Amino acid sequence: MTAETAILMAIIVPLFGALAIVLAGRISPNLREAATAVTSISLIFVVWGLLPTIMDGGRPAIEVSELMPGISIAFKVEPLGMLFAALASGLWLINSIYSVGYMRGNKEKNQTRFFACFALALSATMGVAFAGNLFTLFLFYELLTLSTYPLVAHKGDAATVRSARIYLGVLLSTSIGLFLPAIIWTYSLAGTGDFVDGGILAGKLNDPEIGLLLGLFVFGIGKAAVMPMHKWLPAAMVAPTPVSALLHAVAVVKAGVFAITKIIVYVFGIDFLFDAPSSQWLLYVAAFTIIAASVVALRQTNIKRLLAYSTIAQLSYVIMAAAILKPLAEVGASLHMVAHAFGKITLFFAAGAIYVASKKTEVQQLRGIGRRMPWTMAAFTIGALSMIGVPPTGGFVSKWYILAGAFEANNLVAVFTIIASTVLNAAYFLPILYMAWFEREPAGGKEHGEAPFLAVLALCITAMLTLAFFLFNGPVIELESQVLSGVSE
Amino acid sequence: MDLLAHLPALQVVVPMLSAPLIVLLQPRGLAWAGATASALVSFAIAVTLTLAVLDGQTLEYAMGGWPAPFGITLSVDALTALMLLIVTGASAIALLAAKPSIDQQIELERQPLFYSAWMLAMSGLVGIVVAADAFNIFVFMEISSLASYILIAGGPDRRALPAVFKYLMMGTIGATFYLIGVGLIYMMTGTLNMADMEARLGDVTDINPVLVAAGFITIGLALKAAVFPLHVWVPNAYTHAPHMVTVFLAACATKVALYVLIRFDYMIFQAALVDHQMQFALFAMPLAILGILVASAVAMFEGNLKRLLASSSIAQIGYILLGASFVSIAGLSASASHLFNHALAKGGLFLAVACLAYQYRDLRLSQLGGASKRMPWTCAAFVVCGLSLIGVPGTAGFISKWLLINAALQSGPWGWALVAIILVSSLMAVVYIWRIVEALYFQPPTEEGDVVAEAPLQLLIITGLVAILNIYFGLFPQVPLELANSAASLLWEGAQ
Repeated sequence: MTAETAILMAIIVPLFGALAIVLAGRISPNLREAATAVTSISLIFVVWGLLPTIMDGGRPAIEVSELMPGISIAFKVEPLGMLFAALASGLWLINSIYSVGYMRGNKEKNQTRFFACFALALSATMGVAFAGNLFTLFLFYELLTLSTYPLVAHKGDAATVRSARIYLGVLLSTSIGLFLPAIIWTYSLAGTGDFVDGGILAGKLNDPEIGLLLGLFVFGIGKAAVMPMHKWLPAAMVAPTPVSALLHAVAVVKAGVFAITKIIVYVFGIDFLFDAPSSQWLLYVAAFTIIAASVVALRQTNIKRLLAYSTIAQLSYVIMAAAILKPLAEVGASLHMVAHAFGKITLFFAAGAIYVASKKTEVQQLRGIGRRMPWTMAAFTIGALSMIGVPPTGGFVSKWYILAGAFEANNLVAVFTIIASTVLNAAYFLPILYMAWFEREPAGGKEHGEAPFLAVLALCITAMLTLAFFLFNGPVIELESQVLSGVSE
Repeated sequence: MDLLAHLPALQVVVPMLSAPLIVLLQPRGLAWAGATASALVSFAIAVTLTLAVLDGQTLEYAMGGWPAPFGITLSVDALTALMLLIVTGASAIALLAAKPSIDQQIELERQPLFYSAWMLAMSGLVGIVVAADAFNIFVFMEISSLASYILIAGGPDRRALPAVFKYLMMGTIGATFYLIGVGLIYMMTGTLNMADMEARLGDVTDINPVLVAAGFITIGLALKAAVFPLHVWVPNAYTHAPHMVTVFLAACATKVALYVLIRFDYMIFQAALVDHQMQFALFAMPLAILGILVASAVAMFEGNLKRLLASSSIAQIGYILLGASFVSIAGLSASASHLFNHALAKGGLFLAVACLAYQYRDLRLSQLGGASKRMPWTCAAFVVCGLSLIGVPGTAGFISKWLLINAALQSGPWGWALVAIILVSSLMAVVYIWRIVEALYFQPPTEEGDVVAEAPLQLLIITGLVAILNIYFGLFPQVPLELANSAASLLWEGAQ
């Protein structure tokens, strides 16, 4: 298989997987789960098979259809996209294992629709990751919104449908109202929307407008949940937990920050943006989002909503790191994308496992739960420590790089934000850990043990990954440094 | 090829002659088969003509061998070909799917007459498109209008009668205005042939009658095209017509009038009248914008599925007019491509409605609960076509929206305001389409029929096919775009 066909396969495999899931779902649930497993394993083979090529500096590209002159559906794999695709496809397998345990343990309805839409969402994610130009990125970005809507609305009752309406409303209206005009503006300025090393806008746009265009992009990409476009993420928490775990901690939200990073690097160009004073606001907005979301998270009583606000803060870490526009910080941005993915998926897995085993959803109900569910809570602890940024977890590494970048740029705002948010993170995670491990369970609670085996297995794997990323983050750094030096021989 | 030369005439003659023949086909099902066959042949002719046009030919046909200014001529260029594809394609697709729905709605013994009226309507519409002289456009307009009154009133819904009466009144006023305008021009130039008219208008010294003519013709055609605020006949006519008739007419009927409006204005008035470009833009743009916003807002609060989609059609007509009102090549090609893409999206939506109507008697949104369980394929097709109507990337509707926004950006200092209006109205489309989606998918099922029952296979397959076409032309829009682009440059040259 050549690298070019591998790109197409990465999008087609989950599509056919969705079809296979629908067909197999009519025969038996076990066959359906097998279809999911086979699809996600094949996807890993396809995507990870591309890794050596990219590491060697290859940039496979393929054009599918030219819609209008200059506007085409085209794919190109570059290090950032490779990283994102590898992350999403790898975690999909683990998430599928977890989903089976969760959905069966919870006796959810419409499981076939659930797994099929999940596969569709992954197909769209791969499209976002490998998009070779703005138009293709937009196409798959919208597909990702639409394919995750049924997952958010899964439960189907009135409250869920209302939340799903917020989800769809915010994401579609930002993307149509702001992202699309930004894209069309870019095309009309540059005559192209291709992602090119060093950007395509240099010399074509002047100062106040640069900040405006950047604003259209950043707020138009609502998936990145920069305030005030963040409301959809807490709303999306009505979805079953595997959806929150993979999509609303990894695939969908990361698609947002990934798209913003990609636009900063390949459309504006880091140097071009660094020289434009009007683009500075992005850093402050991201910093504000980090602090504000952390403060809101302090006051949440529902576990999943707390995690959602934590995600909003962590996403803006990536954006702030990218907006520092210094090499070390850019490395930190991609490291944080990965580290946060491992940590947050673990936290969501744990929250879901707690719900399956005990039907508990509130923070206050977690007193003494560490004794009943030691594995789950151990994993939760690791995830929480990674969010705070304590060694030896992945979160420490990325924070280190972002801080280093902030110092390099002499950016005290960024430094202060990182320190303040670390304190805030500790302030809302440590009490939970204390309650779970050291307080006594109130009398008369329900007797329960651990969640189903598959769910516990999955969250242990991701917890291990969170720890492992502390030591083994070399490939990510190497990929990212290729972006910065623009290697492409 | 010899036959190719006669195709412009055959395009009109085939459906027209098949109309009386179909009346004779009394045995069960034969009338439908005859009509469908005739529509398919017409579609094949349209495709052949399109291929010839894409090769760079413009086909002229002199009826009876009489040369241009004296005899009746037909001509086929890129814009004509695009419209022919839309009209014959919509008719063929609707007829292919129509049998189960028509059998349910129209008594067997009246069916031959019904199908014969369908053929007349189609030949009238096709005739308007190919005719190259102003008077024959009027004749064909009357043929198509009279036949569509019959089609709309032909169903079991008695409320169609007042609706059709309103349509008849307004349609007649529109046609009369048009005729008055043509008469004035004839008075000044002594010709009815459009190419000749344009040439002779250059010599006319007293320009006031021509200006009055332009007013009459524009208003008359705007009435026929349901341009806001002359659209009041549309919602009831579409809502109470037999479902398959709605598919056919919604996809092409108003667009044909709009086609004549744009063609007349660009090819004749803009070339002959000083400052007419400005006049046209100032007349059309506010109406287009108001139409887009008001009709979309009405659709957001409408409770009846068919009426909601009819309101949306008025908004979409606004998009087409908006593109034309930019008076630029980019705007024209956005309009032309939206003619095609909207026909595809709205045709698909009304087909899905016909599927739903096969099982649900009451098409109010509140009565459609649980449809996604009973009719999963229909609902999926509806969602796809709905996305195309919204203009989600990857669907046909996105292509024209992209072109329209691009054209708006190039249209001068107010470009950004226009872009904002287009985007806001897209979001309004999200709202009204999503109201339907939520009703289909999340509303608790109604008591009416707990059985799982899809629409008949024939209806369903065609509906699915149109949904797939919406995606196909979103990913591979080259052919319609090429037609739209050459149509735009033709009109543009005509205006100079």
